[in-house]
Amino acid sequence: MLMKFKVRGGVHADERKEQSTDKPIRVLGIPPLLSIPLSQHAGLPAKPIVAEGQHVLKGELIGATAGDRSASIHAPTSGTVLGIGRIQAPHPSLLSYDAIHIEPDGLDSIYLPETPVDPQQLSAAAIADLVDSAGIVGLGGATYPAALKLKAGSRQNVHTLILNGSECEPYLTCDDMLMRERAAEIISGAQLILKAINAKQIIVGIEDNKPQAIKAMREVAQTDSNVEIRVIPTRYPMGSAKQLIKVITGSEVPTGGRSSDIGVLVHNVATSFAVHQAIYQNRPLISRVVTLSGQALATPQNVEVLIGTPVQWLLEQCDGLVATPARMLMGGPMMGQILPNTGVPITKGASAILALTNEEINSAAASPCIRCGSCVQACPMGLLPLEMARHSRADDYDGANEFGLKDCILCGSCAYVCPSHIPLVHYFQFAKGKHRENQIQSSKGEYTKSLSEARLARQEKEAAAKAAAKAEKAAKAAARKKANSQVEKV
Amino acid sequence: MMISSPHAHDRSSVERTMYLVCFALLPATLLGFYLFGWPAINLWVLCIASALASELLCLSLAGKRMSFALDGSAILTGWIIAMTLPPWGPWWLAVTGTLFAIVIGKHLYGGLGQNLFNPAMLTRVGLLISFPLEMTTWASVNPITEASAPGFLQGLEITFLVTPLSDGLTGATALGHVKTALTAAIPSTVSVAEIFNVNDALTGFTRGSLGETSALLMLAGGIFLIWKRIIHWYIPVALIVTVAAMATLFNSIDAERYAPAVYHLLSGALMFGAFFIATDPVTSPSNVKGQLIYGMGIGLVTFIIRTWGSFPEAIGFAVLFMNAMTPIIDRYFRPRIYGYNYKGAPLKVAKE
Repeated sequence: MLMKFKVRGGVHADERKEQSTDKPIRVLGIPPLLSIPLSQHAGLPAKPIVAEGQHVLKGELIGATAGDRSASIHAPTSGTVLGIGRIQAPHPSLLSYDAIHIEPDGLDSIYLPETPVDPQQLSAAAIADLVDSAGIVGLGGATYPAALKLKAGSRQNVHTLILNGSECEPYLTCDDMLMRERAAEIISGAQLILKAINAKQIIVGIEDNKPQAIKAMREVAQTDSNVEIRVIPTRYPMGSAKQLIKVITGSEVPTGGRSSDIGVLVHNVATSFAVHQAIYQNRPLISRVVTLSGQALATPQNVEVLIGTPVQWLLEQCDGLVATPARMLMGGPMMGQILPNTGVPITKGASAILALTNEEINSAAASPCIRCGSCVQACPMGLLPLEMARHSRADDYDGANEFGLKDCILCGSCAYVCPSHIPLVHYFQFAKGKHRENQIQSSKGEYTKSLSEARLARQEKEAAAKAAAKAEKAAKAAARKKANSQVEKV
Repeated sequence: MMISSPHAHDRSSVERTMYLVCFALLPATLLGFYLFGWPAINLWVLCIASALASELLCLSLAGKRMSFALDGSAILTGWIIAMTLPPWGPWWLAVTGTLFAIVIGKHLYGGLGQNLFNPAMLTRVGLLISFPLEMTTWASVNPITEASAPGFLQGLEITFLVTPLSDGLTGATALGHVKTALTAAIPSTVSVAEIFNVNDALTGFTRGSLGETSALLMLAGGIFLIWKRIIHWYIPVALIVTVAAMATLFNSIDAERYAPAVYHLLSGALMFGAFFIATDPVTSPSNVKGQLIYGMGIGLVTFIIRTWGSFPEAIGFAVLFMNAMTPIIDRYFRPRIYGYNYKGAPLKVAKE
C-alpha cells in the first residue's frame, strides 16, 4: 500500500492550463537572428570561445564553462557569429549582459563529435561529463547545472531519483505536453541519471490534473521495474523540490541541507529529456519547449524553440497578440519574471512566455495588513509571512530571519492569498538581499579588524624583537668592551 | 517601481472580507429590527453613520487615503457596536461608543490592523462601566408589526429625547436574572427555568442586545463565514467547547449553584462573540495553535466572570483579556518550520 503524505499550506491557484494543451508541441523554425546569452544558469557566465565572423555548426561549443556553477553554451544552428554584445536581460532590473549573436545560414548543418559514444556502456562519471559538456541545466526554472547535481549525487548515498513532473505553476503546460508526447525519451534520460548517481529507483511525481501525461508515462514505465509513476495532488508549490520530496517520501530536507542529505535527488522531466537528447542523439541543450499563454495572446500553445530566439519573433510566429498585455512574463505567474520588452531571447530556464491582461493579474494597491493569517495558512514552509514582512519593513532582518526569512522559498503563495495585496515576495527578496549584504559587510569588517589586529601584533612583535636585538647588541658590545679592557689590562 | 512575483491573485480583498462579515450579520440585524422596532433601526443607522464620520475624521487627520473609509472596516465596527447595544439605548450611547472605538480603539494605535484590542469590545466594556444603567436597560420583545410597538416618530423620541423607559417596557436578560436570583439565594435551577427557554434563545425572541439574541442566526452567520473562508473554526469551536465543558463540569458538581451548559451557550453574546468578535483577525493570534489557545482562553475567562464575577455577561472582558495575551501567544506558539523539528532545531541528516 502506498503511503499518502500531506503537503501543508500551498494554494490552489486558478490553473488556466487548458488553453495551451489542445495542440501538440509545435517545432518552430530558425529565426533570422539568435542571441545566446552567456549567463543562462545559476553560476558564473560562460566564457565565449568564438570570434566575430567565425562560422559555427549546430551544436558546436561557443561558450565554455567558467568556474563556479557555470554551464557551457552551444550554437543552436549553423551560421556566422556576428559578435559578442550586450543585450538586455530578461529581467525587470533592465540590466544588460553579454550574448553571442549568430546569424543563421539556414543550412542547419550539424557539428559532429570526434568519437561517438555507446550510451549503454557509459560509466557514471562519463554520463555526468557528457551532461556537463552538453550544457544542461535544471529546466524547471532554477537553472542549476545538472552535471553538478549528478556528481554530488554520485558521491552521496542517493537511493531515489525523483522526476519532477508536477508542473504546479498555473498556465504552464510545457512539461505536461513533453510527458504526453515524449515519455519514452524522458524515462530513458532518467535511467541515465539513475546510473550516474547510482540510485535504485525512479519516482515520477505528476499532479493529478494531468491525466494524459500520467497515462503516457505509465505506458512507457510499464517495462521498467525501477520506475514508479506517482500521482500527487494538484497544489502549488508542489513542484518545489522540498515540497515534492515531502509528498513523495514523507521526509523533509533538513534546513540548510540538500535533498541528497536524505538520499534523494530531484530532476525536472524536461531536464531528463535533455539528458536523453545529449547522450543518445548527441544534441546539447540548444532548444526547449516553451508554453505561450495568457489572454492577450492570439493562440496559446507549446512550441519547441531554439535557445536565443527573440521573444518578439516567437510571438509573431504564433499569431501575435490580440490585446496589449498588462504584463509580459518569462516563466509562470507565481514565480516568473517580468519581461521588460519582447526583444529579449529565450533562455534555457524560460519555461513560458505569458502575455497577461489586467483581469488575469488582478493587482491592486496594497492596504494595511489585517493580520488575517491567510499567509500563515498558505505558507508551505510553516513560516509567518506577516511577521517577516513586519520586521523586513523595519529593516530588522535578524527579526525577519527569526520568523523564517532564511527558510523562505519565495514561492509567492502568501502574496497570492493576501487580501491586502501586500507585495510580500518583494519584501522578502529585498530583505534576503539586504541580509546577505549585511553579512558580507560584517564579515568584511571582521576581516579588516583581524588584519589590523594582526598588523598591530606583528608591529609589537617586531618592536619587541628589535628591542631584544638592540639589548643583545648592547650586551655584546659591553662584553666586548669589558673583554677588550681586560685584554688591555693584561 | 519594480514589481515582484506573483503575478496572480486569488481575488480576495480587505473589502470583500469586511462586507462578507456584514452580510453574515444581516439576518440577525433584521431580526433585531423586527423584534425591537424603530428605536433599534435608529441606533443601527447612528452607529454606522458615526463610525464612518469618525473614520473620515481620523483618516484626514492622519493624512491617509480617504478611500480607506470605504474598506468596510469602519462600517463593520459600527455595525458590530450596534449589535451589542441595548436596542432602545439613547443616541449618545451609539455616537460616543463608535467615536471611542474608531478614534481611541483603532486610529490611536495606528489605524487598520495596528490595534491591540478589539475596538467594538473596548466600546462595549467602556460603555458598560461608564453608563451601567443605560447599558443594562433591556427593552422587551415587541415586534415592529405589533400595534403596541413604537411607530417611527415614537422611535425617534425613544432614541433622541432620552426619556427614561417605563418599567413595563423593559426587563432583565436571562443572564442578569439568574445572576440576581443567586444573590437572593434562589437556586439557578429555579431561576433558569423561570427565564430561560431554549427555543426563544435559539430564535432570538428574548431580551438582550440589539443583534445578539438569536443563537441560531449567529451560528448560521458563523458557518457562512467559515464556508467562505473568512474565518476558521479554531477559535469559535475552542471557545464554545471550553464554555460547554466548564459549565457541564460545574453543573454536575452543583446544579443549584451552576447553570447548565445549554443556558451558557445560548445566552447573551456567547455565540455572537465566538463567531464575530473572537475571530477578529487583527486582535487574535495568526496561526492555528495560537488560535486554539486564544479561543479556549476566552471561553475560560467568560465562564469564570459569568459564574464568580459581578457582571452577568463577560464576553467583552474575556476578549479584551485575551487580546492582551495575543502578542505573547503569537511569540510562543508558532507553526513548525519545514526542515526543523517541533522544538525549532534543524532536522539532523541521517548518516547511513
